[in-house]
Amino acid sequence: MSDHDQPSGTRWIWNVFWLLLIVTAVEVALGIIKPGFMMKAFGGTIVLNYVFIILTLVKAYYIVMYFMHLKYEAKTLIWSISLPVLILIPYLTFIVLVEAGYMNEVTLK
Amino acid sequence: MATQATVNQDEKSIWGGGNKPLGASYGKLMMWFFLISDALTFSAFLVAYGAYRFKFETSWPVPEDVFTHFPFLHGDWPLLYVALMTFILIMSSVTMVMAVNEGHKMNQKGVTVWMFATIIGGLIFLGSQAWEWYHFILGDHGAVRLEDGRMAHIADHNGETVSLHTLIHGEGAEHDHYEKFATEDVIAAFKSDSRLQLLFPGKNRDIASHNASLPLIEKSYVVQGANMKENEYGHPLFANFFFFITGFHGFHVFTGVLLNLIIFINIIKGTYERRGHYEMVEKVGLYWHFVDLVWVFVFTFFYLV
Repeated sequence: MSDHDQPSGTRWIWNVFWLLLIVTAVEVALGIIKPGFMMKAFGGTIVLNYVFIILTLVKAYYIVMYFMHLKYEAKTLIWSISLPVLILIPYLTFIVLVEAGYMNEVTLK
Repeated sequence: MATQATVNQDEKSIWGGGNKPLGASYGKLMMWFFLISDALTFSAFLVAYGAYRFKFETSWPVPEDVFTHFPFLHGDWPLLYVALMTFILIMSSVTMVMAVNEGHKMNQKGVTVWMFATIIGGLIFLGSQAWEWYHFILGDHGAVRLEDGRMAHIADHNGETVSLHTLIHGEGAEHDHYEKFATEDVIAAFKSDSRLQLLFPGKNRDIASHNASLPLIEKSYVVQGANMKENEYGHPLFANFFFFITGFHGFHVFTGVLLNLIIFINIIKGTYERRGHYEMVEKVGLYWHFVDLVWVFVFTFFYLV
């Protein structure tokens, strides 16, 4: 058991909470303001969408690592949980979205 | 020779049984593996959403134009309501971590209080989602469906959407969400005002001028709100995916609340006090955080991107 590595007290819980809240607030603010310099087209979509996805992954990291406690599990367990997800989901996203882009071109003609 | 024997001995002591090689109990491991499969399921749904959004890029509704209501507030408040729902779910995740934390300390009273707060948070989230669905199904401005299947909103000379209500009753009339409008009335009202145009929902906000719109609206019919066949916001698949993905997530929240409730009853009965540990709270906590995690992604891909 590596449970003893985890921080004690409740301070760390509120730290993660404030981080999640602030990141969400930033996302909503960006979604409403839509700053001009982030609206430029880039790699099939706009820069702003990449910012949203990165911020979402930051939130996901903190939820999984701290709230779900994965950071303090055994190394073997961390890898056997994260690898399938980290390999399969980007792979699925890549093949399906590439096909969808092609379907879009075909439909327009 | 000796080294070989030691390695074998180590392997055997780790994986030979009677031990926890991954440092977690059977129940916790199985919860993690279930969550992996559930994560793949949700990612498949969201990727499918992305695929059809890419395919029908031009007629796909812009989420900020669809989800604009906020309880007790008039006018457009894009994103605020879903932001509130996200906050509620994050908050209930925090109370769950608190419950797990108290469980480590074997503090029955603390676990009870935080678990109760988590259940309340889950119920508030479900209520918010019901409210969101209700307004989505009821509709906002109303639209007409053209013969070729395209949705079109009525717009003024500035290209701003005019609701069917304003079109028929004029500006400033008392708004009634429940009124249904007849197709003939809408077509007649549209024809009588040459400043009106048709606006095609989507990121390009294409507009057909009044004269170009006349032959189109002649063969159209009124659509208000959303169902599985058509919706006033744009492409029909948008509503289908909305119902399916947020519905499936809502079903997870509902299940989570039920599981939390069962654990809550056991906490009160002192089952875990007698068992000597509160690991069940941790297991159900994993599920609850996962539901929060999925919502973080739904929030991004349905409302923000």
